[in-house]
Amino acid sequence: MSAAVVQPETRRAWRDPLSVALAVVLCLPALVPLLVIAHASLSPEAEVWAHLSRYVLPEVTVNTIKLLIGVALLSGIVGTALAWLTSICEFPGRRFFDWALLLPLAIPTYVLAFVAVGFLDFAGPLQTWLRAWTGTSAWVPKIRSTGGVIVVLALALYPYVYLLARTAFLTQGRRALEAAQTLGYGRAAATWKVALPMARPWIAAGIALVCMETLADFGAVSVFNYNTFTTAIYRAWFGMFSVSAALELAGVLLLFVIAAFAFERSSRAGARFASGRDVTRAATRLQLGPVGRWGAFAGAALVLALAFVLPLLQLLIWSAKNVSDIDSRYWGFIARSLILAGSAAVVIVLAGLALAYIERRRSSTSMRLLVRLATLGYAIPGTVLAVGIAVPLVLLNNQLQGWLRAWMGESAPVLLLQGTLLAVLIAYLARFLTVGFNPIESGLQRVTRSIDEAAASLGVVGTELIRKVHVPLLRTSLATAATLVFVDVMKEMPITLITRPPGWDTLAVRVWEMTSEGEWERAALPAVAIVLVGLIPAALLTRRGAHVA
Amino acid sequence: MWLELENVVRRFGERSAVNGLSMRLAKGSIGCLLGPSGCGKTTALRCIAGFEAVDAGVIRAHGRVLASQDFHSPPESRQIGMVFQDYALFPHLTVLDNVAFGLHRLERSKRRRRAEEILDTVGLAEHRSHYPHQLSGGQQQRVALARALAPEPQIVLLDEPFSSLDVELRERLSLEVRSVLKALDTTALLVTHDQQEAFAVADVVGVMKDGRLEQWDTPYQLYHRPETRFVADFIGQGVFIPGEVVAAGSVRTELGVVRANGNGKWQSGRPVDLLLRPDDVIHDDASTLRAEVCQRAFRGAEFLYTLKLASGVQLLSLVPSHHDHAVGEHIGIRIEPDHVVAFPRD
Repeated sequence: MSAAVVQPETRRAWRDPLSVALAVVLCLPALVPLLVIAHASLSPEAEVWAHLSRYVLPEVTVNTIKLLIGVALLSGIVGTALAWLTSICEFPGRRFFDWALLLPLAIPTYVLAFVAVGFLDFAGPLQTWLRAWTGTSAWVPKIRSTGGVIVVLALALYPYVYLLARTAFLTQGRRALEAAQTLGYGRAAATWKVALPMARPWIAAGIALVCMETLADFGAVSVFNYNTFTTAIYRAWFGMFSVSAALELAGVLLLFVIAAFAFERSSRAGARFASGRDVTRAATRLQLGPVGRWGAFAGAALVLALAFVLPLLQLLIWSAKNVSDIDSRYWGFIARSLILAGSAAVVIVLAGLALAYIERRRSSTSMRLLVRLATLGYAIPGTVLAVGIAVPLVLLNNQLQGWLRAWMGESAPVLLLQGTLLAVLIAYLARFLTVGFNPIESGLQRVTRSIDEAAASLGVVGTELIRKVHVPLLRTSLATAATLVFVDVMKEMPITLITRPPGWDTLAVRVWEMTSEGEWERAALPAVAIVLVGLIPAALLTRRGAHVA
Repeated sequence: MWLELENVVRRFGERSAVNGLSMRLAKGSIGCLLGPSGCGKTTALRCIAGFEAVDAGVIRAHGRVLASQDFHSPPESRQIGMVFQDYALFPHLTVLDNVAFGLHRLERSKRRRRAEEILDTVGLAEHRSHYPHQLSGGQQQRVALARALAPEPQIVLLDEPFSSLDVELRERLSLEVRSVLKALDTTALLVTHDQQEAFAVADVVGVMKDGRLEQWDTPYQLYHRPETRFVADFIGQGVFIPGEVVAAGSVRTELGVVRANGNGKWQSGRPVDLLLRPDDVIHDDASTLRAEVCQRAFRGAEFLYTLKLASGVQLLSLVPSHHDHAVGEHIGIRIEPDHVVAFPRD
């Protein structure tokens, strides 16, 4: 063994307390809010708690549970059925639907929500038209109802289930089905007995993700005036100016999130079996009968139309009607969205890179735990994170202000940490570090230790190794990470709304302002920009999906 | 005949993967399709199982037609068990449930009893409540075999059943599989590219090339009486040396006239290539026929020497390992084949 090979091993074992410290610091944005909320929940203010448990919690809890069950069921059925059709069966347009069914990912839930409400409401185009032609629109079901929110959220979120179930069906291969056939089951029976049970962990993981998104959703439920925890937190924060009410609500919401998170983890643990060697070939796809073929086509087309094509058309039509809104203020929204998303992308990619390298250098159990903690924020709803970061920042701010006063007297400058971009960026870092970290981590995994060792044996080590070997290998991963973070921040609503400095209105904030006044048509213009940017990750995903197929 | 294939053809586009395959397998015997990759053996197996349709020819089992040009019985109604190359165990089911999976026609209590019985036969009774990923490769393989055997199929097909195991395990398991199949008097057809495996498991072996059978015979005959040059090349080791037929069973070569049984179909004077196996070339210090050692491979009990004659023609010779000769040395050899195997020279 040459010294070059042995050296990294020994180095990993004892050096760099610096990287441990850095990993701990990177955990703080996600961890501090959790601790603040846990502390507030464990020592509630009796009066506030009494008010909440009497007037707020019952409604909000029942609403949230109804929403969760409805969205989980509907998105689970739609996502699984579509995944089964596109990955196992053959029907007209299958290759198109295979990737196109992921497009709804580009439309944030709140955009789909306001388009649906704007289109189907009493004053919307559909009912107006119906009244003009048939004299009545009374039979149209009320869109602002529990059913309405459920359908809209399920249409926006089913791609999570679709994506995972599709992976499951594609990688479980034909062998298992063939084995069932040699044991006397027909293809239909084999699907029920084998394909679905084998895909169950993936489907469950997809549904768990949908549940987490549903719990975190703020924009869509606001449009529907459907009270859930997130809207209650927002109202407690801005309407009641009650920090402790917001924190306690956040605490209860976190319990739901933890349940969904645990469910997701445990289903992923079951999803370790995949053969992947024999991807379903066109020749072996299940040939549906004429009714089945066109039924599959109609189903896929209907979902795609409702979740993507029609909303996008409506957005474009409304935007065209309101082009006059494009003025200097509008450019301001765009500029601020770009600045926030851009700086968040830079900060988060750097943090993700640091974290990935730390994990690679010292992959001990405690280090993996730190990484888990640092990337936990994606599971925490934006409203919860925003409140949980704003509160300690205010405390820190007042503390610093006190010291400044004591030191400089009356001439001390007024500090406002909580109302700066710093607060926004910390909250984004907490929420989106996973998004940036995952592609970088998997990119770095491809740079195996033997690549390092091969480089070392050729005399390339240290920064030269990083520059000559790692950077070229990581380039696409870094670009992917930056893009994904950028787009997520562009779409993000509650964190921006709660933590932004005064006057920092972005596109998403503009959408929220317009929709909270029922100005659906005027919300379309900023929404279109968000949707167009959102198409980038959807395109990335479909390209990756094409590799699997 | 229990399993019968008659001129079976299976095309993929322009290419015929199986091209006029005919074979017959008696009840209770174990057959094997042996050949290099791409020879169509797996496609043949999949035709028998029913995963591929047949473009021409007939497949029969126990006199019943399973597939022909215009008939295709679906796999689930063929009563043919299959052990897949990657086993294709159901990861969401325990070992016992995997084995019981094909017993859905039995009532519950019988199903369980039968599954336990067959698990006992393959020696996995104590693993019945484990999941496939908790088992070793060899154990998974036996579960796959048990699952295929449980419904008492008319025929069991095994697709490269040992290829994902390591070499030592492969040898042991192939003997075990043979004894299980024999104990249950199962008719089985195996597909492999490994002749050791084929010889260890099968009673009858068919060497396949370009979608058809070159020879369907016992392992002994394939080695000693290859009917085609391809079979002679593919099975075992050996070299061809040029010669001329002098009489039935006699070929004149530069090593003198080689005489042995058989191969009387060539006319005198016909130029042929004579097959010499390494065990046909015997080391004999007393012999006047000398050859130079140009390579040696130590195999434990014996050496495999590559020898060069004065004319430049090379031979292989298997010599007990206490005859340790250096490269470049000249040693005496004697030619002593059991059978004369020769093919006309083109």
